Amino acid sequence: MKQILSAFAVTASIGLAGLGAATAPAGAEGLKIGFLATLSGPPAVLGQHMRDGFLLGVKQSGGKLGGMDTEVIVVDDELKPDAALTKVQGLLERDKVDIMAGVVFSNVMMAVYKPVIQSETIFIGANAGPSPIAGKGCSRYFFSTSYQNDQNHEVMGRHASQKGYGKMVVMAPNYQAGKDAIAGFKRHYTGEVAAEIYTKLGQLDFSAELARIADLKPDAIFTFMPGGMGVNLVKQYSQAGLKDVIPFLSTFTVDETTLPATKDLAVGLYSGAEWAPNLDNPANARFVREFKAEYGYAPSLYAAQGYDAARLIDGAVGMAGIKDKTALLSALNAAPFESVRGDFKFNTNQFPIQDFYLTKAVQDGNSYVTEAVEKVFDDFGDAYAGSCRMN
Amino acid sequence: MSTTLLAVQTLNGLQLGILLFLIAAGLTLVFGVMDFINLAHGVQYMLGAYLAVAGYQLTGSFWLALPLALLAALACGLLLEFLVFRHLYDRDHLDQVLATFGVILFLNEAVRVIWGAAPLSVPVPELLNGSIRLFENFNYPVYRMALLAAGLGVAVLLYVLVTRTRVGMLVRAGASNAPMVAALGVNIRRLFMIVFGFGAMLAGFAGIMAAPILSVEPGMGDNLLILAFVVIVIGGIGSIRGAFLSALLIGLVDTIGRSFATDIARLVLPPSAANDVGPAIASMLIYILMAGVLFFRPSGLFPVRSA
Repeated sequence: MKQILSAFAVTASIGLAGLGAATAPAGAEGLKIGFLATLSGPPAVLGQHMRDGFLLGVKQSGGKLGGMDTEVIVVDDELKPDAALTKVQGLLERDKVDIMAGVVFSNVMMAVYKPVIQSETIFIGANAGPSPIAGKGCSRYFFSTSYQNDQNHEVMGRHASQKGYGKMVVMAPNYQAGKDAIAGFKRHYTGEVAAEIYTKLGQLDFSAELARIADLKPDAIFTFMPGGMGVNLVKQYSQAGLKDVIPFLSTFTVDETTLPATKDLAVGLYSGAEWAPNLDNPANARFVREFKAEYGYAPSLYAAQGYDAARLIDGAVGMAGIKDKTALLSALNAAPFESVRGDFKFNTNQFPIQDFYLTKAVQDGNSYVTEAVEKVFDDFGDAYAGSCRMN
Repeated sequence: MSTTLLAVQTLNGLQLGILLFLIAAGLTLVFGVMDFINLAHGVQYMLGAYLAVAGYQLTGSFWLALPLALLAALACGLLLEFLVFRHLYDRDHLDQVLATFGVILFLNEAVRVIWGAAPLSVPVPELLNGSIRLFENFNYPVYRMALLAAGLGVAVLLYVLVTRTRVGMLVRAGASNAPMVAALGVNIRRLFMIVFGFGAMLAGFAGIMAAPILSVEPGMGDNLLILAFVVIVIGGIGSIRGAFLSALLIGLVDTIGRSFATDIARLVLPPSAANDVGPAIASMLIYILMAGVLFFRPSGLFPVRSA
């Protein structure tokens, strides 16, 4: 019985694989893009936003980026670097994708970066921008349409100094991105850090930390608390009565992925980002309008970054085609597209030089979104471009 | 560090402990009476929270959503028991772990398919929406006090049920020696179903109570499940009293450890090293406590099973 079942399973899987190969478009004519994002588990909402933004960008060109029939193979990395690596190798060797795009989390990025670059496949990063890739490990095959990880935290550090907050408490989860957040913040913050609080990754209850913060009486707090952790922190911060007393500065904590859960409790809290839905340029107005119409929810910066990645590919492939890789690389470097951020060009390490804003959470009719309040950095490049020696 | 801060942290620790107790009570009952390792207890907690969200969206009131969600959680628990667990009572512990782990994966995905991946929330009910000023700048939400009271109420209820009623007597007997209870003519299958259903309802109740203060998302029960297992191992499998006391102990140790570990580390280490060591020690504390307790009392603090 067991043998019959296993024989059946083998035949069925061969049949399905054959079917899959038969329906794939001919590689020479079409454009194949492998899109890697975290689409399961608690952080799935970030991957979902990024994917939806990217697919909207493809749809706006009628499914043809740069005039070529585009096939997007969406792959879930499950936030597991080893699983991601296996899947990316499949995309490179079995599916022979022309371009890789996406990646939400830095640990996944660090795992898949080298194999993609070594296979000389063009890689458009749509979120994660860890410092090794921006600095010493930079490559001419990698372009980022997002930011370098430290930059958003640097925005808050600069803003805190400008506001004259002399004594602050900083809080982040105890892992690499959390430590990088605190380091990025401190780079531009000139006051005194009264306490650095590192919480457990995945921690849900912050009552102990909030009691300690209230006891220390800082001028403001800065926190990096992504996903569900941020939702809990914002809720509990407001319930403890601290929201109106101690200003709450954060990055990646209060945005359109968490605002649907925190709603009123997050209104009035400040963040730092390179994009907000209210940025005044035609590309952005079109993006926000069409995103809401297509998917029924407000886009976050992950969606905007995914969308810009698709538009970048459209512009560059339209200019140079995919046959001549050197020409395509030069085309990508010129950033021939209208970014939803307005001002956009690539730095020497092919990370963006863009403006950064202080954003505030507001209520917009029935939904809650972020709004850019003031520009903090103009044409801001990252701190690692100097150590990039591109070959 | 002041006495007020210490008092507040103690209150926080007790509140965390009560939430842990609500989850651990069902788990220890099921493990103690039925010798059944139920890893799916964490997703039953998550299911309770999601049913509270659904109930709130349906009725617009937390108080109406509470009994609805409770009944729905009970129904889901009984359904799971009927479909999956009933077939596993006589199996090896490892088989039970495998099957209930599969239930975790299934329900986490199911919840994501039905409600989406984004975190959801339930607003705190109007009646409990205020806060009490404990010290300057710091308010303690009334809702958390209510959570504390509810947990204590459930503890008292469980105590009365287990020690003063007939069913409770059967449960205690079953926890000591289930085959003997069956041999004495009690319908052990029905007893198991009652115990399981009640355990599922307790987990669901914990989820419903937690929904207004914690974010409701897929996988929210997984971390608490691990803590719940630590609680029942320290307290003694099958013992409600043990679960209660060890839950409070763990809540206190974890909270006070988190708040003061860095300060204590700073007494002996330079500040940058203390910033690294403090949080690491704080997250390890409860496991060190568990190792210590097991070293001296391998069956836990209040063991129930006879040899």
